[in-house]
Parts: sequence; structure tokens; C-alpha cells
Amino acid sequence: MAMSEALSPPKVAARWQDYLQLLKPRVMSLVVFTALTGLVCAGQPIHPVLGAVAILCIAVGAGASASLNMWYDADIDAKMRRTRGRPVPSGKVQGADALTLGVVLSLFSVMLMGMALNWFSAGLLAFTIVFYAVVYTMWLKRWTAQNIVIGGLAGALPPVIGWAAVTGTAPANAWLLCAIIFMWTPPHFWALSLYTSEDYAKAGVPMMPVVKGAASTRKQILIYSLLLIPVCIAPAFTGLGGLAYLAVSGLGGLVFLLLAWRLFRSQAGDAADPRNDDGLYDVRAGARDARNLFAFSILYLSLLFATLLVEHLMGLQPLELFR
Amino acid sequence: MSDPAREDAPAMKARRGRNIAIALGLVVFVILVYVVTVIKMGANVLERAI
Repeated sequence: MAMSEALSPPKVAARWQDYLQLLKPRVMSLVVFTALTGLVCAGQPIHPVLGAVAILCIAVGAGASASLNMWYDADIDAKMRRTRGRPVPSGKVQGADALTLGVVLSLFSVMLMGMALNWFSAGLLAFTIVFYAVVYTMWLKRWTAQNIVIGGLAGALPPVIGWAAVTGTAPANAWLLCAIIFMWTPPHFWALSLYTSEDYAKAGVPMMPVVKGAASTRKQILIYSLLLIPVCIAPAFTGLGGLAYLAVSGLGGLVFLLLAWRLFRSQAGDAADPRNDDGLYDVRAGARDARNLFAFSILYLSLLFATLLVEHLMGLQPLELFR
Repeated sequence: MSDPAREDAPAMKARRGRNIAIALGLVVFVILVYVVTVIKMGANVLERAI
């Protein structure tokens, strides 16, 4: 097991900010956003303090799984430009401390979720943490090019947990929100990996461009994009989204497909020049189309969930015509 | 674990910061459990037959 134990002990005293970094605050903010959407879309009244506790538990649970991920992946993180500055590979925090933080926060978040809301949502939260930390991090990530396809389930579950926190159930519309993120994940991450594949290859992570090549990755991005758009539009026909949602998902979907088509026709990911050791988010010649899809995918998902959130908060009616 | 008595100033400052963060986390957790208990018990008290 080539993990953090193999790394040298901390060179500097860890500050509390280093431990905060273990929780991946930026990822945590996305989780909060999607979980809040699920919680609001559930459409049942909830005490505001309990609602806030539910979101806090989901955020802390996400942070806990991130800490466990950084403990286990310290050897991989040390080899990649994007991740070598993280607290464990940079020597600021010991691997054992990251493991302890992850386990403690997992227990606290699941227990509090169970006591404050219900044990169904607590169970879903526990499943999400275990799925990300064990199934994705310890198994899928190092084993198969389908790692982010299957592992994407962990990132897709927060809206279901938010919904279940309110109602104690997970109806079809909650799983539809989950399906949107699940189907969105492959084109999003593969677009990124098309211009960071050297990093993954160096670390031995079997990302799609490393294993199957750039052309195959571009084709699969297009296929997943074609499957994604109907799933994104579906909430307008299931009583979840309204007219604004239909417009945003439809028009945004067309742009998404256009960018995916352009990427398919491009040379992105082909024969990157190793002499150009540019920054992670700088664009190599031919990779601009991958960058464009990656950036738009974030905007598209944000717009979809923001529209649903606003529609439900403002009490706008879903499209009755299609119910 | 290093000997706290032999730590230099930055290390002591970092340790103090970590301790304060842990203390704040525990205080927040205790307050949350208290508030949640009051909210959940409150509903039952109101519904109880007098």
C-alpha cells in the first residue's frame, strides 16, 4: 500500500487552515448548493434550523470523504501538478491526521443527521461517504477508466440526501436530480482530463484519455452529452421544473451539444507538446474546445440547479401541462 | 508528537490555532445538539395531551 505512510513527516507545524484544506472547501460549496436544491424542491415545510443542520451535515460529510481521499491518495497527489500542493503530499499534515479527521467528521455528520432529521437521510449520507472514500478512492480510481463514471454517483447523491432530510423518502424526482449530476460528470471530467492527461499518466491513474486515447474520449464525451441533455430537460415534464427551467435546460443543452460536437471534431488531447509545461488551466493548441466544454459544463449545471431553486423559492408552478 | 516545551514560536502559534479550532468545533456541536433537542422535544410537548 503506497500511501501517506511512505511520505516524510511534516516539515512545518500544521495550521488549522491546512486541516480546512483537507475538506476541499470548493467542492463542499458545490455539494451545499445541490443539496440545498434537493431540500427546497422536496416541497415540504421544515424548521429552518433543522434545514440548516441537514445542509451542515451533508457539507461536513463531503469534507470528511475528501479528507479520507487525501489520506489514501497522497502518493498519487504528490505526482500531479494540480494536487502536489495539498496538505498531505506537501508535508504540512500527516496522513494519519487526515485519516483521523475524516473518520471523526464522518461519524459526527452521520450521527447528527440521524438525530436531527431522520435515519434514512443519515444512511444515504453514510453510503455516500463510504462510496467516495472506499469504492471510488481505494478501488475504482486506480483500477478502471470508468472510475469517474461509476464514482460520480457519490457527487450526484447530495440532492437526494437533501430531499430525504425533509421528507424521509427519496421519490423519482429526487433521483432525477441525482441522474442529472451523474450523467453530467463524465463529459465534465473527461473534457478536463483531455488537457491534463499527462499529469494522470505520470501518476498512473487510468483516466479515459490515458487508457483509450483522446479520440475515443472525445467520442464518449459526445455520446454522454447526447444522453445528458434529455435527462436535464426531463424535470420540466415530471412536475419538478417550470417554464424557466424548460428554457434554461433546453437552450443550455443546445449550447452544451454544440460545444461537445466541436470538441468531437477537434484535436484536443492529441499529441500534446511536452516542452510546453504550462499551467493546469492554460490551454494548449487544439485543446481550447475541451476547455470551453469544461467551463460551460460548470455553468450549465449551476444554472439548472439555480433555476430550480429560484422557481421553488418563488413558488412558481411547475408545468401543469405536462404533469 | 513533538515536545511542546521545546517548540518554537510558529509551532506554538499553530498548535494554539488548532486547539482553538477544535474547541470552537466542539462548542458548535454541543450547541447544535442542544438546539435540535429543544426543537424536536418542543413539538412533542405541544402535541402532548394535558
